[in-house]
Amino acid sequence: MSTGWSITSMSAISLLQVVLVIVGGPLLLGFMRKVRCRMEGRVGPPVHQPLLDLRKMAGRERTRPEHASWVFPLAPVVLVATTLVVAAVAPLLATDPAFGWSADLFAVVFLLLLGSVSLALGALDTGTAFGGMGASRAMTIGALAEPALLVAILALSVPAHSSNLPTIIIRSLAHPAWLATPERVLALVAFVIVIVAESGRLPVDNPSTHLELTMIHEAMMLEYAGPDLALVKLAESMRLVVLFTLLADLFVPWGIATSPGPWHLAVALASTAGKLVVLGAALAVFEVTVAKLRLFRVPELLAGAFVLATLAVLSTLVVP
Amino acid sequence: MDAGSCNGCEIEIASIFSPTYDAERFGIRLEASPRHCDGLLVTGPVTRNMAAPLRKTFDAVPQPRVVVAVGDCARDCGVFRGAYGVEGAVSDVVPVDLEIPGCPPDPAAIVRALRGLAGT
Repeated sequence: MSTGWSITSMSAISLLQVVLVIVGGPLLLGFMRKVRCRMEGRVGPPVHQPLLDLRKMAGRERTRPEHASWVFPLAPVVLVATTLVVAAVAPLLATDPAFGWSADLFAVVFLLLLGSVSLALGALDTGTAFGGMGASRAMTIGALAEPALLVAILALSVPAHSSNLPTIIIRSLAHPAWLATPERVLALVAFVIVIVAESGRLPVDNPSTHLELTMIHEAMMLEYAGPDLALVKLAESMRLVVLFTLLADLFVPWGIATSPGPWHLAVALASTAGKLVVLGAALAVFEVTVAKLRLFRVPELLAGAFVLATLAVLSTLVVP
Repeated sequence: MDAGSCNGCEIEIASIFSPTYDAERFGIRLEASPRHCDGLLVTGPVTRNMAAPLRKTFDAVPQPRVVVAVGDCARDCGVFRGAYGVEGAVSDVVPVDLEIPGCPPDPAAIVRALRGLAGT
C-alpha cells in the first residue's frame, strides 16, 4: 500500500476513526431526528440529545430478567466491541488505518454480522415473547441482507482485483471512470437497501415505534436497561455511521486521506462529516415520506437487493 | 401506564407529543418498555385487576425512578371513588412522586410538570 505511513500515524488514524464513530453516531441520529421533526412541523430535540440520553442511561440501574443467563449481559459488549473493531480497521477517514490489511470485505461484513447475532442471542436469552420474536425477525432480515451486502462489495472488488477495502478505494481513486460503470450503480442501489435494512430504518423497521408487534430491532432491546441499554443504543448509532461512511468511501471516495499529515486528515474529517450529513438528511427525508413495509414484503425488497448485487457482479464479468 | 382510566388522560398525554406542544424538544419521550423508562405516568383509579400489573411494571423500571399520577382519578379515584372494582388511588399501590390535577389535565400542565421533574 502507500508509503510514508508510520505506526504512530496509523494508530492515530484508527483512534480518530473510533472517536469519530463513537461521538458522531449519536450526533448523526440526533441530526436525523431533528430533520424528521422539522419536516413534521415540530421543533424537535437538540441534536446532541442522544448523547445526553446515553449519559443518563449509563448512570442508571442495570436490571436483569429473572431467567437470563450470562449471554444477556455479554451481548451488548460483543455488539459494541465488533463495531469498534470495524471502526478501527476499516478505511473510514484514511486508506491506511492500523491493521488496514485486515479490513477485508468478508471480515468487515462478518464482524458486523457477529454483532447482530450476539444481540439476537441476548434477546432470545431473556425468555420473553417479544425478545424471541424480534430475534427471529432480525435473523430473517440479516440472513437476506448480509449476502446482498457481501455481493455488492464483491462487485467493487472484481475490477480492483482485491477484496481488501483500502485497496479497493485506492484503485477506485486511481481510476475515476470506474465510478460510473453499470456495476457500480447496481451495487450502490443494493448497498443502500442493505444499509436501510441493517440499521433498522423505515421502510424495513420503524425505530420510533411503540407497538411491540411491529418491532424488529427494538423488540430485541426491550429488556435491556441502564448501561446495557446505553451500549446497545450506542452500537446501533455507531453501525449506522460505519455503514454510511463505507458507502460514501466506496462509491464517492474523494476526500479520504491517502497520505499522512494533519492537513489531509482534516480534509478527510470535513468531507466525511459532509457526506454523513448529506446521507443522514436524505435518509431522514425518505423516512418521513414512506410507510413501513409489511413484514412479509421485506424479504422481497432484500431479494431485490441481492439480485441487483448479483447483476452487478455479473456485469463486471461481461463488461471488461 | 393505564391503571383503569377512561382514556381521557391518555388522549391529553398523546397530544403533548403533537406539533402544538412538542414535548420531545425537551427530551421527553414515550418508551415501549418500562426498562427504558425514567418514570411512569399512571392514569386512572387503580382497578383490582390492574393493581398487580402496576406493581410489576413499577418494579421493572430501573432505579432511580419516579411515578407521576396524571389526572384526578389517579390522585384520589375522582368520580370512581368507592366503586366496587376500584382498589384505590395510585399512591395506595406504588409511591407517587408528583401529581398532576385535572379531569383531564391540560397538555400544557403535563408538559410543565414533566419539565419540572427533568429540570429543563
